[in-house]
Amino acid sequence: MVKKEIYLFGTVIAILMFSQWIISKTLNPYLFMILMYCGINIILGVSLNIINGLTGQFSIGHAGFMAIGGYVSAAFSFYFFAPWISAMGLPFWLQTVGAHFFFLISLFLGGLTAAGFGYVVGLPSLHLRGDYLGIVTLGFGEIIRVLILNLDVIGGARGFTGIPSWSNFFWVYFFVVCVVLLSFRLVRSYHGRALLAIRENEIAAEAMGINITAYKVKAFMLSSFFAGIAGGLFAHYIGYLNPSSFTFIKSFEAIVIVVLGGMGSISGAVLAALITTILPEALRPLQEVTRLDFRMVIYPLLLLTLMLTRPQGILGTKEIGDVLPFLKRKSR
Amino acid sequence: MSLLSVENLTVAYGAITALRNVSLVVDTKEIVTLIGANGAGKTTLLRTLSGLLQPSIGTIHFNGENLSGKSPHLIVRSGISCAPEGRGIFPNLSVEDNLELGAFIRKDSKGIQKDKDFAFTLFPILKERRRQWAGTLSGGEQQMLTISRALMARPKLLLLDEPSLGLAPQVMKQIFSVIQSINAEGTTILLVEQNANMALHIAHRAYVLETGRIVLTDKAQALLNHPDVKKAYLGT
Repeated sequence: MVKKEIYLFGTVIAILMFSQWIISKTLNPYLFMILMYCGINIILGVSLNIINGLTGQFSIGHAGFMAIGGYVSAAFSFYFFAPWISAMGLPFWLQTVGAHFFFLISLFLGGLTAAGFGYVVGLPSLHLRGDYLGIVTLGFGEIIRVLILNLDVIGGARGFTGIPSWSNFFWVYFFVVCVVLLSFRLVRSYHGRALLAIRENEIAAEAMGINITAYKVKAFMLSSFFAGIAGGLFAHYIGYLNPSSFTFIKSFEAIVIVVLGGMGSISGAVLAALITTILPEALRPLQEVTRLDFRMVIYPLLLLTLMLTRPQGILGTKEIGDVLPFLKRKSR
Repeated sequence: MSLLSVENLTVAYGAITALRNVSLVVDTKEIVTLIGANGAGKTTLLRTLSGLLQPSIGTIHFNGENLSGKSPHLIVRSGISCAPEGRGIFPNLSVEDNLELGAFIRKDSKGIQKDKDFAFTLFPILKERRRQWAGTLSGGEQQMLTISRALMARPKLLLLDEPSLGLAPQVMKQIFSVIQSINAEGTTILLVEQNANMALHIAHRAYVLETGRIVLTDKAQALLNHPDVKKAYLGT
């Protein structure tokens, strides 16, 4: 069983590396950008799904955690790792290896810091239910943004420039695979079932002996960790961070992904992340025909129609395997 | 020594006192029933025993352990399991998942499997529907699931809150006979009921609760013939 998973993981890494090579040779920068944003948004959506979809808590502060992860990892790369690498005077190929290595470390530092903040915010506020938690997390997201706005070491309102461009296809989709596999494993696990029970009926879950606050905080931290990773990947991709990228609108984008895909559906979140990222870009040619930017009129209209016709989201609480059975692995 | 002893319990919701000076004991392997009309405080008492409410005065001792101030998830671990009123099931999880969640505090997968099979023999319909979402079950089936799920924790004391609520007489009879067989297997039961007739027929002892106070207590058989109980609860 464990061996099988190591093989699976190895295969995934090999495929990702191969794709990385192909993509770097063939894709134009514009399409590459869309591909990167797709990956980052999948990580955001699937991670938010852990707390909003699986645990049934309503968090609207995801952008805050993304910002923490982004800024922390960018700061480590900019102030420590990048200078170290250039100061060591290594041959070129070792510099590349070093960059990948330190990139991974700064991503983790960003993710862990975000998770730490998740703990600090979650512990007092996860006693709250429903809307109240929403308000607390919304407030938290704004506090983080305003804090960053006033921190001069990381650029303040001017933005943080000069972040090394270490992000690539491989790392983004490596974490996509991580968060998706982890979510799927989680849902079917002992601990995942506890989260689902909390979503279904908090009082009954408590009566089963589930420590609901502890589980909520853990889910919240896991979700924040991956939001932080997404932030780090984003920072090292465009090489520039600005507090205005992390307003509550960014949090709502993540919520749109979760709701559109269907609360609790992991593959739904992936699908919705692809739709919400690709659709606005796919509508771009329309702008040239009409000479007016109808894009942001049509895109929300499409979302509205979708929500009116399928209020439970594209997949509801189902997974893609339940809808298209041929995608399901036979041996289970 | 008794398994559960409640002394001078007073519970209030803000300014409103729901239970006043309630004392009761439940001995090992008994079925004790608590009967009373709507708003008498029956559910409040069960919620306090499960730790969902904190008493303002009074103590709860269970199995030699003081339960006052303990949080609900720890109380389950000390051996009290509750089948809540209104069938607090997990609607969007399968019947099987619901049962496994009942055994959340246990790690012995073999024992869990055995108890699941036992639940399926108690209520064969649950076995048929084990892959179905619990929310799609009928009211009676949901009640069966709630009881089975509470049993999955292998409790020393099982709290049942109005298991007859909204059930057809046939289903009700089935559930009450299962309650008796659960008790015969050695589980102590505290049964809270509005349907005094049914409850008094299967219980060993009973308490009558009226507006937050215990007004009567006796052997269940004796209460069945008690003139006041007859008049107020049995309608004969």
